Amino acid sequence: MRRALPILLLLCVSLFACSGKGSNTDSSGATINNNIQNSGSDTIVNLALAWAERYQKVKPIVQVSVTGGGSGTGFSALINGTTDIANASRSIKPEEVALAKQNNFTPVEFVIARDAIGVIVNPANPVKQLTMQQISAIFRGDINNWQQVGGENRPIVRVSRETNSGTHVYFLETVVRLGNAKDTTIFSADTLLLPSSQGIIAEVSDNPNAIGYDGLGYLTPQVKTVAIASAEKTPYILPSIESVKDKTYPISRDLYMYTRNQPTGPIKDYIDWILSPEAQQIVKDLGFIPNVSAP
Amino acid sequence: MNNQKLPALLAPQTNWSERVTVALVRVAGYLSIVFVSLICLFLLREGLPALVNVPLLSLFGTTWYPIEARFGLLPLLLGSLTVTIGAACIAVPLGIGTAVYISEIAPQWAKETLKPLVEILAGLPSVVLGFIGILVLAPALRRALSLNTGMTAFTGALLLAWASIPTIVSVAEDALNAVPRSYREASAALGATRWQTIWMVTVPAARSGVLTGIMLGIGRVIGETMAVMMVTGNAPVMAFGPSALFSPVRTMTATIAAEMGEVAKGSTHYQVLFLIGIVLFVFSLVINLTVFYVGARHAARKQRLLS
Repeated sequence: MRRALPILLLLCVSLFACSGKGSNTDSSGATINNNIQNSGSDTIVNLALAWAERYQKVKPIVQVSVTGGGSGTGFSALINGTTDIANASRSIKPEEVALAKQNNFTPVEFVIARDAIGVIVNPANPVKQLTMQQISAIFRGDINNWQQVGGENRPIVRVSRETNSGTHVYFLETVVRLGNAKDTTIFSADTLLLPSSQGIIAEVSDNPNAIGYDGLGYLTPQVKTVAIASAEKTPYILPSIESVKDKTYPISRDLYMYTRNQPTGPIKDYIDWILSPEAQQIVKDLGFIPNVSAP
Repeated sequence: MNNQKLPALLAPQTNWSERVTVALVRVAGYLSIVFVSLICLFLLREGLPALVNVPLLSLFGTTWYPIEARFGLLPLLLGSLTVTIGAACIAVPLGIGTAVYISEIAPQWAKETLKPLVEILAGLPSVVLGFIGILVLAPALRRALSLNTGMTAFTGALLLAWASIPTIVSVAEDALNAVPRSYREASAALGATRWQTIWMVTVPAARSGVLTGIMLGIGRVIGETMAVMMVTGNAPVMAFGPSALFSPVRTMTATIAAEMGEVAKGSTHYQVLFLIGIVLFVFSLVINLTVFYVGARHAARKQRLLS
């Protein structure tokens, strides 16, 4: 399913792109490539697609092709030279920077939006709020029954994204390990690793035992978002634009785009446009949080 | 004059076109051998370094968590085995039953409807199967069997049984059809009932074909990826015994499919994924050799009987 979706998206975008031209020549006679390849994070893929569609109206000559696959996939594509802009929901790893250097380029990072991760349960589950410690204990496998966190006597079924997802890595570091870099705990082995966000929503909305997590932009009314407290005595907060901006909601992160070296030409224009108020409004419309540093 | 010249003109021409055809066929034949050995070499080149870079003991570990360099293959092997054995237990009796019914019992009109239907079933893309699994089968199974979650090895086994039954049916049915009429007539003449004829004469006579069908079906189950990845939950747990069938599992194929897109080329993780590919390759090799061996033995026996 995860493989099929990006291809579908690509098809959609290329339909839009059909009318444009592949490349043209600037005044100095050098060929400018007006095809921008954009791939990576599945969290960002809908947003990137919305941007690509809108950009068609802003600059019809430039075609942006968007594919998903996961943050790691995007970085691999950037390193292998098959994409111009890599979308990522985590920052680049030192290994990946080293690989990029081997391929004679330096990745440049742009923070394009913020995303909160909601912890979700089935609507039939009476549990409304959890502390970070409780969520960590659940995903480590220390808490195995909903009774232990104030719910019904039901087993807990843990649902997560696959390990190539930036969301998975972020959740592991920030929630499961509670931000402790020396901690080497991993997800409980019986955690279901589902290849797509849709799979997580499908399982959590159907199964009253399930607990999962996903980016705010993916949450639907079929699942219930849990309010989270960063510690025992602090208030329980639901994710929202305000609670992410004032940092009271504990699980939020930056979303990135990476380019090979400092971008020039159409790629630079595109990224400048993404950081403009017009494009940042789309961020808001899709349920993400606009880049805090944007005007 | 023309008549005299014709053979002389024709002869070299026939020779020439024949030579080209023979060469083309030969190249095609050798090419497939070349490709198989190239694939084999590629797999070995990419996968074998894993044996050097990862300590053998940790490959036999019980934790698969590649982003923290924990490459225990046992949960993946167990996952694949559980799903495969489960699927075989469901598909083999059903598949042979269907084949026997179509070939021996069904009236002509049923035969003519069932055979194409089974073949259509064979053409169902596995993504579609996966969709049915994730939206219908998994929730239904969870409720019916009151499981913790519907994403279990059993769900995968059911779907894969469904996917492999057409293979088993069409190969086994062909084999049953090929059993000479005289066998059945002789059996009936001896006073055997229809059931006795089917069970003790026809099916044993078609044994090698039926076994080939079963093996090909199992081969399909081991190699199936998409449907499995969508419904088995992909949790790399160590699952033993019958209860393992009702726990989530992660298969080798799903692991390769889910993780290959992400890995950096040449990294240890990449090599281990290829190592898993080698293990799968060996599995299907063993299955193919078994089919070959069963077939060859049967052929030899036939020759002995006829001589």
